[in-house]
Amino acid sequence: MSAEPPLRITPLNAAHIALGARMVAFAGYSMPVQYPDGVLKEHLWTREHCGIFDVSHMGQARLRGVSPLSAFEAVAPGDYIGLKPGRQKYSMLLNRAGGIIDDLMAGRPLSSDASDDGLFVVVNGACKDNDFKVIGDALADQVRVDRLEDRALVAVQGPEAAAVVQALVPGTETMVFMDIRVLAGFGTDLIVSRSGYTGEDGYEISVPAGEAERVWNTLLADARVRPIGLGARDSLRLEAGLPLYGHDLDETVSPVEAGLTFAVSQNRREQRDFPGASRILAELVEGPARVKVCLKVLEGAPAREGAEVADAAGRIVGVVTSGGYSPCLKAAIALAFVPPAHQTPGTRLKVIVRGKAQAAEVVASPFVPHRYVRKL
Amino acid sequence: MRFTKDHEWVALDGDVATIGISAHAAEQLGDVVFVETPEIGKLVSAGDAFAVVESVKAASDVYAPISGEVVAANAVLGDAPETVNADPENGGWFAKVRMSDLAQYDALMDRAAYEAFLQTQ
Repeated sequence: MSAEPPLRITPLNAAHIALGARMVAFAGYSMPVQYPDGVLKEHLWTREHCGIFDVSHMGQARLRGVSPLSAFEAVAPGDYIGLKPGRQKYSMLLNRAGGIIDDLMAGRPLSSDASDDGLFVVVNGACKDNDFKVIGDALADQVRVDRLEDRALVAVQGPEAAAVVQALVPGTETMVFMDIRVLAGFGTDLIVSRSGYTGEDGYEISVPAGEAERVWNTLLADARVRPIGLGARDSLRLEAGLPLYGHDLDETVSPVEAGLTFAVSQNRREQRDFPGASRILAELVEGPARVKVCLKVLEGAPAREGAEVADAAGRIVGVVTSGGYSPCLKAAIALAFVPPAHQTPGTRLKVIVRGKAQAAEVVASPFVPHRYVRKL
Repeated sequence: MRFTKDHEWVALDGDVATIGISAHAAEQLGDVVFVETPEIGKLVSAGDAFAVVESVKAASDVYAPISGEVVAANAVLGDAPETVNADPENGGWFAKVRMSDLAQYDALMDRAAYEAFLQTQ
C-alpha cells in the first residue's frame, strides 16, 4: 500500500469541483488538471483571451530581517542588493556544485506607504518545504522565513488579462512586466506582480485564503475569463520555452546549461560569491557540456520526457526533458539537452520515440513569442 | 459490440474485428493529438500493446482485445486524430484484425456489462 500522505487542497478546491474540474495529485495537492473545456481549448483561450490559474500550491514567503536583500544573495545569483522597490527578479536557489535546487521569483512589493516588508519569494509547490529550509538554514543569522500559508495565488494570463485586472484592481494599470505591488483590490489586501509562466502578459495575485474563492469568482464573472488547468499551464509554458523544475531543471543542471544566464547578474559574476560560482563562471567562459534547446518534431509522435535525441548520424547525443503537443503550432515540440555543437537553430536531429527515429529540428526559443508588457 | 476492462471496443464482422477505444476512454484521455496505428500484416496477441493514443499531455497504450492479423488501419487518424474524440465508437476506429480465435470475442463484456464495470471504477 502507498504511504503517501493525504493530498492537501487549496483554498479554491470547492470552486474547482463546482466548475467540473478533473482533479489530480500534483506537488502533494489535489489540483485541477483540466476543466470541461479540455486542455486544447483552455490553451487556445489563454493565448487569445484570458485564463485564470490556481497556483496556490506554490510556496509564498516573506524573508524578513535587517538586510534580507544582501542575505538572499548568499543562496541566489541575482543582483538583489540592487533590486528596486516595486520590482521582482526571476532567480534560483543553487547548490555548491552550481546545480539548481529550485527556480523562483523574489521581489520587493511596493506598498502605498512605501514600507519595506522584506523580500517576497514564490517557489515551486513540489520544492517549497525544502526550499524554505535551505533558505532558513543558510540565512538563519540574518533573516526569518515567514511562510504565507494563509494566502492563495491566482495567475491571470493572456492578451485580455490586463483589461480584466485593471478594471478590478486600481494601481495595476501603471505596472510593467516584473513590477510587484501591495494593492487594495477585491475589498482585501493583495500582492500583485505583472508576471506569469505562460509567455503571455498577465498578473499573479496573492490573496488571503479566505477571500480567494470570491476573487476567483469575481474574475470568472468577466466573459473574457475562463478557468485553466495544469494541463494547459504545462503546454503554455512549453510553447513559451520556459523550463519546468523537476523536468528541465534539477540539482545537476546549471543555469548556463538551462539557458538562464540572464539570472546570473553581471556584478555577481565579478564578485564570484554565489553557490557553484566556480562551475558557472567556467561554463560562461568555456561553454557548458550540454545546453537546453527547443526542438520541433517534424514527423511522427510527440517526443515526451525521457526520449533520446540522436544526431544526423544516429549517435545518441541528448535527451528530451519536456515534450508534448503545441496547440498553437499544431506540431509536437520539446525541450532537450544536447551538446552545444547541436544548438544552432536549423540543426537537424532525431528524436527516438518507441524505437523509431523521427526527424526533428532545433528552433529558436521561444516556440511562440512572449508578449510581456515591458513599457507602457 | 464488446468491450474490455482496458476500455477498448470490438465490433465483429465475419472473422474481422474492428477495434477502437470506448467513448468513456476518449473522454478520459481528453483531446487526442496523435494516434499510432499498427502496421498491416502484424500479428497481435490479446493483451499486446498494439497502438498508441496521445493527448496533449500524455501517451497511452491501446491493447489488442483479441488475437489475430492486422488487416487494416484507420488512415483518417493520421490527419484527424481528433476523430477519436468526435466519434470514438465508430469513425474513430483504430484497426481491423482478422481473428485467430473467435471464442475470444464471446469472452469480452457486452455494453451492459461494460457500463456496470465503469460504475465500479
